[in-house]
Amino acid sequence: MAPPGPASGEGPSRYRTGALFLLPALVLLCVWLVYPTIYTIVRSFFGPSGYLGGWVGIDNYRTLFTTSTLVTAMKNSAIWVAVVPAFVAAIGLIFAVLIERIRWSVAFKTVVFLPMAISAFATGVTWRIMYLQDPSQGAINALGRTVKDAVTPPGVLPSAVPSTGLLQPHGGALILKTPLHPGGVALLGLTGIAPADMPSGSRQAAQPIPKPGNIEGVVWRDFKPGGGKAGVVEQGEIGIRGVTVELRDSSGTVVQSAKTEANGAFDFTNVSAGTYNAGIGGATFAKPFGGYSWLGPSLITPALLIAYIWIWAGFSMVVIAAGLAAMPRDVLEAARTDGASEWQVFRRVTVPLLAPVLSVVFITMVINVLKVFDIVIALAPDSTVANASTIALAMWRTAFSAPFDFGTGSAIAVFLFLLVIPVLALNIRRFKREI
Amino acid sequence: MRTDRKLVVRVVAGVALAAALAAVVAVSASASQAGAKKTMVNTSVSGSISFWGIWAAQEQTAFEKVIKGFTNKFPNVKVTYTSKGNDMPTVLATAIAGGNPPDVADVAQPGLVKQFVQQHHLKPITYAKKTISKNFAPAWVKLGVVNKKLYALLYKASNKSTLWYNVHSFKQAGVKAPKKWSQLTKDAKTIKASGTPAYSLCGSSGWTLTDLFENIYLRTFGPAKYNKLSAHKIKWTDPSVTKALKEMKQVVGNSSNLYGGTNGALQTGYPQCVDYVYATPPKAAMVIEADFVANEILQATKAKPVKDFNVVPFPAITAGADASAIETSGDEIITFRNTPAIQAFVKYLATAKAAEIWAKLGGFGTGNVHVPASVYPDAITRRTEAPLTKAKAAVFDMSDEQPAAFGSTTGQGEWGIFQKFLQNPSNIKSIQQQLEASAKAAYKK
Repeated sequence: MAPPGPASGEGPSRYRTGALFLLPALVLLCVWLVYPTIYTIVRSFFGPSGYLGGWVGIDNYRTLFTTSTLVTAMKNSAIWVAVVPAFVAAIGLIFAVLIERIRWSVAFKTVVFLPMAISAFATGVTWRIMYLQDPSQGAINALGRTVKDAVTPPGVLPSAVPSTGLLQPHGGALILKTPLHPGGVALLGLTGIAPADMPSGSRQAAQPIPKPGNIEGVVWRDFKPGGGKAGVVEQGEIGIRGVTVELRDSSGTVVQSAKTEANGAFDFTNVSAGTYNAGIGGATFAKPFGGYSWLGPSLITPALLIAYIWIWAGFSMVVIAAGLAAMPRDVLEAARTDGASEWQVFRRVTVPLLAPVLSVVFITMVINVLKVFDIVIALAPDSTVANASTIALAMWRTAFSAPFDFGTGSAIAVFLFLLVIPVLALNIRRFKREI
Repeated sequence: MRTDRKLVVRVVAGVALAAALAAVVAVSASASQAGAKKTMVNTSVSGSISFWGIWAAQEQTAFEKVIKGFTNKFPNVKVTYTSKGNDMPTVLATAIAGGNPPDVADVAQPGLVKQFVQQHHLKPITYAKKTISKNFAPAWVKLGVVNKKLYALLYKASNKSTLWYNVHSFKQAGVKAPKKWSQLTKDAKTIKASGTPAYSLCGSSGWTLTDLFENIYLRTFGPAKYNKLSAHKIKWTDPSVTKALKEMKQVVGNSSNLYGGTNGALQTGYPQCVDYVYATPPKAAMVIEADFVANEILQATKAKPVKDFNVVPFPAITAGADASAIETSGDEIITFRNTPAIQAFVKYLATAKAAEIWAKLGGFGTGNVHVPASVYPDAITRRTEAPLTKAKAAVFDMSDEQPAAFGSTTGQGEWGIFQKFLQNPSNIKSIQQQLEASAKAAYKK
């Protein structure tokens, strides 16, 4: 405490000066914190439309635990509390310990810390784009496509479907049901191919002319404006070039294969007598990687957790690194001299000494996570925002968007307040101890 | 919100045209008008009006011109327009709770109007009934009636019974714009065979799904039954709902005929779904949404009206149901106080003149029968807005009229359940039960 100045006397006048200085803060505190808190608590016992809505007792609190969307929100908040603080503290600890040992540690620290400089809303928007399912839009699924398509490349006609029922799917491949004999003709009509996706150089399809001893055929886009006649090669319908057609004998073994020409024609020569089927192999129709539905109902919460941990890992790292820097090195040296392995030093010395710092990170994160709101609203699409909802978001959605139920909204706020109090109390006790 | 160079050009052109026209009229009729003008100016009414609107940017500019038209006539009345944006329901609810609402406001949610009336916050506008009836068909007047009293005027209306298509995709598939539902579902298959998915759905925006359902219901059973379902006088488990959902399944039920499949459709919101239809190459052939799709196309894509994009009325389904009936939504004028100045202003907004000032600038539709189709600035706007005046029946967007907890809450109630329907269109019965349970709970509150 600073000694009293010469002007201020002893006793009551000193307190008066103190009170005078405290007054503005106290007034603001009352206006912005105490009054709204009390008002919210009172409001939570009234119906949706103000005091006109009437006293409803604990009905709003009952609604809280019986409405499925609100229960989902509470469950999600529990998941957040269980996952985020632990992961953030653990990842921060790992980073902090590791960067002590690398060069360019400042650069690394900056990169990890950078997400903290971005608003949670912007982070949400960015991650939402990265999570998009279409691999040509979402970066994460694009990575998946690169890997998957390198292993199993997609076919040339992934979207094609047979134009008639005669051509039937058979384990990815399409097989013409009509049995073929030497001298026969195979018509393999496909639709569902956009003109832009047609192999280049394709031209008007030709009706195959039967040849003795051969099986002649055509693969073509069985579509012209208006639809055309299914299964009939017509003027204006284009052959598909470069498709591999297989000839199978009655046991299903591939005996010959051929590639189609520019007009879609193919032929199998010198076919011995027997019954055959023609078909197009599955490789032609192999679908490209379609992407995971990160923003779908089942993955949305994990997707949010990843984005949120990405933001806060940097904060945790910096705080823990500061703790590490302040740690007495001689203890670590002593442990090493006594023959402790690096893991033992980390486990038995570093972590216990860092415990106070770790608990600061942990508690801060618990409070942050209970209040989490903006990233959810920015990241989750409207169709899954109910699956991703958290307590704070549910409160806002109930009170400040339709249906404007301030009563239930206040009840949610009070419930959230009750959840935060124990953590706050813990934190305040820690502060006192440190002072 | 709607910043678009073309629109600006159009606005500027419209203003220039209006000015030129005004000049011509002024010159040709200056002699007779000089006398008339004096009697038109009304100085006996005075006062000030605070108006909270959702219109911002160009829309605000347009409405301020409408206000100018009023203050020219009533020079002693001062109208102050404040734009509150799309948060209007929140802003109004808070202002009412604080005891300080504006004199006049415009809101886009008829359900909210109903709620305010029930809570005794609104003043009836019975004084304007004569003017409104003179300018609007009875079906339109009725839209502003709550508890048998006239409380609101649907000043700016949009036509939600429209279907937008990519002209090239239709040409490539060799199909014409459909007039009948059966034609549409047949064409959709042809379009798919041509290699383009027929529909782009905005499944992430639940309201687009309810709009589709509502249009189908309206075209199948007509406006009277529609209004009954809207007021929950028909249960959602009714066979008529089953029938409408079955029709809807023809659109949403085939994953391969939706751009991005069912999952992709669920993650696509409005207006992204519109952009997909007009991308090069197009990712889908049509999008079923309201007249305001035009804004998005002009703003976000390179598509040109008529040449690249076009619009048709939502196809007729049952012969008996009125195929000219329109599902509408829009901005309703409501009043929280009642003074001579406010009365004059509300009456003025019901006149053809107040509508024409904005209609000329584009992005505006009205059910006012005295507004000729020629007022609208371009062919597409004429196509979407002129039917409003010709419609024998107009119904509000059902989900806007219902209690918000059921009809307009993201991810919940009707929006959420229709998203479930899109996800799994096979179990219609369970969807109906969920809808009924949710509606029941919301109507009880």
